Amino acid sequence: MSDVNYISAFCRISSGKVNVNHSIMFTGEEGEAPAAFIKSVYKHYQLNYPKFYKMDGLCQLAFVASELLLKDNKITERYNKEEIAIVISNGSASLEIDTEHQQTISDKANYFPSPAVFVYTLPNILIGEIAIRNLIKGENTFFIFDKFDAQFTAQYINSLLNSGRAESCIAGWVEFYEGNYDAFLYTVEKTPGVIRAEHTAEQLLNIYK
Amino acid sequence: MRDGRRKITYYRKYGSLIVTNFTNLYLLNIPITNTHKFANSYKFAICNKQLIFLTQESYIIADNIISPLGFSTEENFAQLKQMRTGVQRLEKSALSAEPVCAAVIDARRLDDEFKKLEASKPFTRLEQLFILSISDTLKQNPAIDIRSPKTLLILSSTKGNIDLLDPENTGKFDKKRLFLWETGNVITEHFGNPNKALIVSNACISGVLAIILGKRLLEENNYDTIVVSGGDIMTHFVVSGFQSFKAVSSEVCKPYDAARDGISLGEACGTVVLTNDKTKVKGTAIAVKGGSSSNDANHISGPSRTGDGLLLAIERTLKEANMNASQVAYISGHGTATLYNDEMEAQAITTANLQDVPMNSLKSYFGHTLGAAGIIESIIGIQSMRSNTLIGTYNYNEPGVTKPVNIIKQTTERTVNNCLKTAAGFGGCNAAVLFSKEA
Repeated sequence: MSDVNYISAFCRISSGKVNVNHSIMFTGEEGEAPAAFIKSVYKHYQLNYPKFYKMDGLCQLAFVASELLLKDNKITERYNKEEIAIVISNGSASLEIDTEHQQTISDKANYFPSPAVFVYTLPNILIGEIAIRNLIKGENTFFIFDKFDAQFTAQYINSLLNSGRAESCIAGWVEFYEGNYDAFLYTVEKTPGVIRAEHTAEQLLNIYK
Repeated sequence: MRDGRRKITYYRKYGSLIVTNFTNLYLLNIPITNTHKFANSYKFAICNKQLIFLTQESYIIADNIISPLGFSTEENFAQLKQMRTGVQRLEKSALSAEPVCAAVIDARRLDDEFKKLEASKPFTRLEQLFILSISDTLKQNPAIDIRSPKTLLILSSTKGNIDLLDPENTGKFDKKRLFLWETGNVITEHFGNPNKALIVSNACISGVLAIILGKRLLEENNYDTIVVSGGDIMTHFVVSGFQSFKAVSSEVCKPYDAARDGISLGEACGTVVLTNDKTKVKGTAIAVKGGSSSNDANHISGPSRTGDGLLLAIERTLKEANMNASQVAYISGHGTATLYNDEMEAQAITTANLQDVPMNSLKSYFGHTLGAAGIIESIIGIQSMRSNTLIGTYNYNEPGVTKPVNIIKQTTERTVNNCLKTAAGFGGCNAAVLFSKEA
């Protein structure tokens, strides 16, 4: 065992494309709205998870990306689920659905706050959704950065693995705000996997361009 | 032995480990395959064929609480000792159309205190709280160099400046202020700290998680001082959301009590400053000995029925602190006073064999202060250790959980050598952290 960790697989969903491990797997229709595109990815892969339809856009994006990431790299079968960490970040927290909740309470004459909306007004709910789907119980943290912080992410997750606090990790960045969306989720392991890239800031930025 | 050498290299990176003889390690019958895990729990060195345990400690060198009960740790603790609550019934407020029980910081006092700082530009309510809270810790301990590149600021908040979304506040501040990373920029710029603040937003465990992160980042040796500050404010946004869940009690909440019927919300800000340099400690030395987070993987808005997620976080925390359940002196629980949370906690505490340890919840004093909760409640735990005083749980009368946990009713004096702080939140997240007093 050494202190070298690897990006063993990744999934990027952005600009109407799904990229899994450097292969474009799916392309959306020209001019498709973010929510519609994410739904067409969900349908294309027949993900069949009824809870998907209850989720807000941010969680739907994170969910679809995590499914495509873990479809071929089944870390939940190779590690104890208590030893898998989830460390994800974004820039807008849950501001997209926050705005929606605010609209339900701003007008006193038309006041209808909904628990089904309010529950999504925390960004770490998307970690919860991935954890529930895959029964992952390890360390979990949601960070907020102005943009994906490859340096901190690599360093913190490497220290989680090297100190034995986790055996593997689902990591990355999931943004969904005002028509912009970008999911970059990847797995970190002690073994190289199909990507064979060391888990360093440089390698992350090679992949996440 | 080649693998062994690579491990030695890794240990050196931690700074505190000097493995001088790998063969001896093997002969000591420690399974090599587990050594990196082992090293995390018990950092060690081998000298003269003896195994010596080493630790890279994180000490608390200053702390502050701002709540309706006061603007310093001492002021707050004095109120809690007298079992006075900051939660009030507000007949009319901007928070809710109906009367609501909540812990709200007096706007005039906040204004007066903030004016004393003579800040040059306008700050939001939450930013003012962060700045006041951090400023107080800097005054307490001149050894804290906030402008040093070796000092990092960690902020914990669930909703940040969410009040700026309210139409009443439109145009008062740039829209950028809604983003938590910008809150980080505003605070670091105010104090002249050269590093980008690290922002944790992980529901109600954010504060505990931020302290755990502080400890872990000190272990990495990139920083020597970490300022951990957590805050959230009371807004119509948050109150209406919890009301829509029918989760808010019509009275001051009753943690763990048979008659509990929901939460009270509150606003607060708290700061703890951590360092790995013990010489900077003033007074009683208190260290962060271990911490962990976990997920129930069960439900996004309801806790696990069995408490297995929280149990995992507690067990890992004790393991990292090299302690067993019988050594825990005091538990500062999450105790939101919802039916399910308090029951889940009681299950986890009992399964961890901690049911006899004195335990309280501070939610009936401060309300649920979201991103501040883990930090201000930890600070009260720390103050309990310094003063050997355990705070009684306000509004607790009759046991109301199915497992017999040891809830503290009245404030009592007794030796408190350590404190286990627990937290749980939406998204199924759990966290625990252990503080210990050094002789």
